[in-house]
Amino acid sequence: MATTRIPAVEGWFTLDDAPSLLGTRCKSCGAYFFPKETFACRNPRCGASELEETPLSRRGKLWSFTDNRYPPPKPYVAPDPFEPYAVAAVELEREKMVVLGQVVRGVGCADLHAGMEMELVLDTLYRDGENDVVTWKWRPAQAAEGRAQ
Amino acid sequence: MRHGSDQEIAVLGVGMHPWGKWGRNFVEYGVHAARAALADAGLAWTDVQFVAGGDTMRNGYPGYVAGASIAQALGWNGAQVASTYGACATGAQAIDVARARILAGLCDVALVVGADTTPKGFFAPAGGERKTDPDWLRFHLLGATNPIYFGLYARRRMEMFGATLEDFARVKVKNSRHGLANPNARYRKLYTLEEVMASQVVSDPLRLLDICATSDGGAAVVLTSMEFARKRAAQPVRVAAVSTVTPVYPNTVIEMPNFATDSAVGVAVPDVPFRDSIARRAYEQAGIGPEDVSFAEVYDLSTALELDWYENIGFAKPGDAEKILRDGTTALGGKQPVNPSGGLGCFGEAIPAQAISQLCELTWQLRGQAGARQIAGAKVGVAVNQGLFGHGSAILATI
Ligand SMILES: [Zn+2]
Repeated sequence: MATTRIPAVEGWFTLDDAPSLLGTRCKSCGAYFFPKETFACRNPRCGASELEETPLSRRGKLWSFTDNRYPPPKPYVAPDPFEPYAVAAVELEREKMVVLGQVVRGVGCADLHAGMEMELVLDTLYRDGENDVVTWKWRPAQAAEGRAQ
Repeated sequence: MRHGSDQEIAVLGVGMHPWGKWGRNFVEYGVHAARAALADAGLAWTDVQFVAGGDTMRNGYPGYVAGASIAQALGWNGAQVASTYGACATGAQAIDVARARILAGLCDVALVVGADTTPKGFFAPAGGERKTDPDWLRFHLLGATNPIYFGLYARRRMEMFGATLEDFARVKVKNSRHGLANPNARYRKLYTLEEVMASQVVSDPLRLLDICATSDGGAAVVLTSMEFARKRAAQPVRVAAVSTVTPVYPNTVIEMPNFATDSAVGVAVPDVPFRDSIARRAYEQAGIGPEDVSFAEVYDLSTALELDWYENIGFAKPGDAEKILRDGTTALGGKQPVNPSGGLGCFGEAIPAQAISQLCELTWQLRGQAGARQIAGAKVGVAVNQGLFGHGSAILATI
């Protein structure tokens, strides 16, 4: 039976082959927000209420990283047996912000160092019956930016 | 605004219920601590005009109105009440509310009390499916436990400043030595570097013994006006400053429980980052600098985070924390001891009680009543802490 890919959370990222996180950008001061801020800009000297949805940079530099060696508590859906996984904080140059994400399976802390280039992909967060529930993850950048997939 | 000695209040009494995993109702610990603080102050519960309680989110409705829950258990005395919550900074907020009422002349005697009963294992968010709550979502989407954030900060220190696992372990060994003689500490065992480094990795690079546990405990202080205190104590400990600052936009360091930092596009990044601003605001209120501080209690959620705090409170320049750890500056007997109580490493975290317990330690040290962990000639102590979502917490006390 075919599995259906569904996002773990609605509207936080695109589902295409070159996925992006979806944030918002203030039309007045240019500040970015992730997750999306839709009510008002949080720059205290701006406060404008017009924010537009925008995809965030798919690549950035690794700020720091760590991992989970034990299953996190609910509402995390941990597989049994549990497989440790890394978590990365990645600095986006254009947005001048740091965004967290899990690191793809098979890449651990020993494979990472601060400053290395990372790219965004979609990967399974957990299985729910026939649904493949996906989320954004970081992985070491594999090919030059802009190359067709 | 008032300045200097015009904004001082007195700590007339302090008391704690020992930290542990006792499994009883948090109100019991609060009552125990309150009675100890009142006895220390030489006052009766019926003398208290204002009660400030630190709330706990894990103990049902009584936890959300902790001031009244504990007042009821002590026996209603008609005092005015406030209950506050600011995550780990809860206690500092309760102290600040009491301080403001005293300085405004609205009361002379205030009791501040916080207590907690904690579950086993990782802290988890409140139940139910709450897809707009970042605290719920960080667990659901990332499995981002608190140690994940501590691990990110620890790894950043290693990558930026060359900190080592041995440096982190050295913090634990130091604090375990400090806490040995503290009757209120939960863990009174001297660890070796090897034991710390050989403990199970939880969130690389942090080991189990690098990360603070969650504990049951209670702490209370009796705060009064200086005028009231001078009639009862020759030289009372004074609270010279309380800082409950929030960050200044853009906050460019990832904070629990967020998914991302603020964006620094289109604005200047503040000269003083959030964590540096916490103690700095207290120093400004008191009109002193970090060089005037005899010792500090800092929020060592992890061993690595204690090193960050050395820099945040001005005891070391960025990148120099490991140096003042290794040369003994921050150990008992050093120039500026840090966490003479044993810190969270020896206590574990009892959230609403923690900042209040920090003031208890400042008071015992400044009075010269800290026994085997006494810092000779301590004149000024600072306690710092930070609650998630951006709650600064610093208390500066002097004698
Ligand atoms: Zn704006």
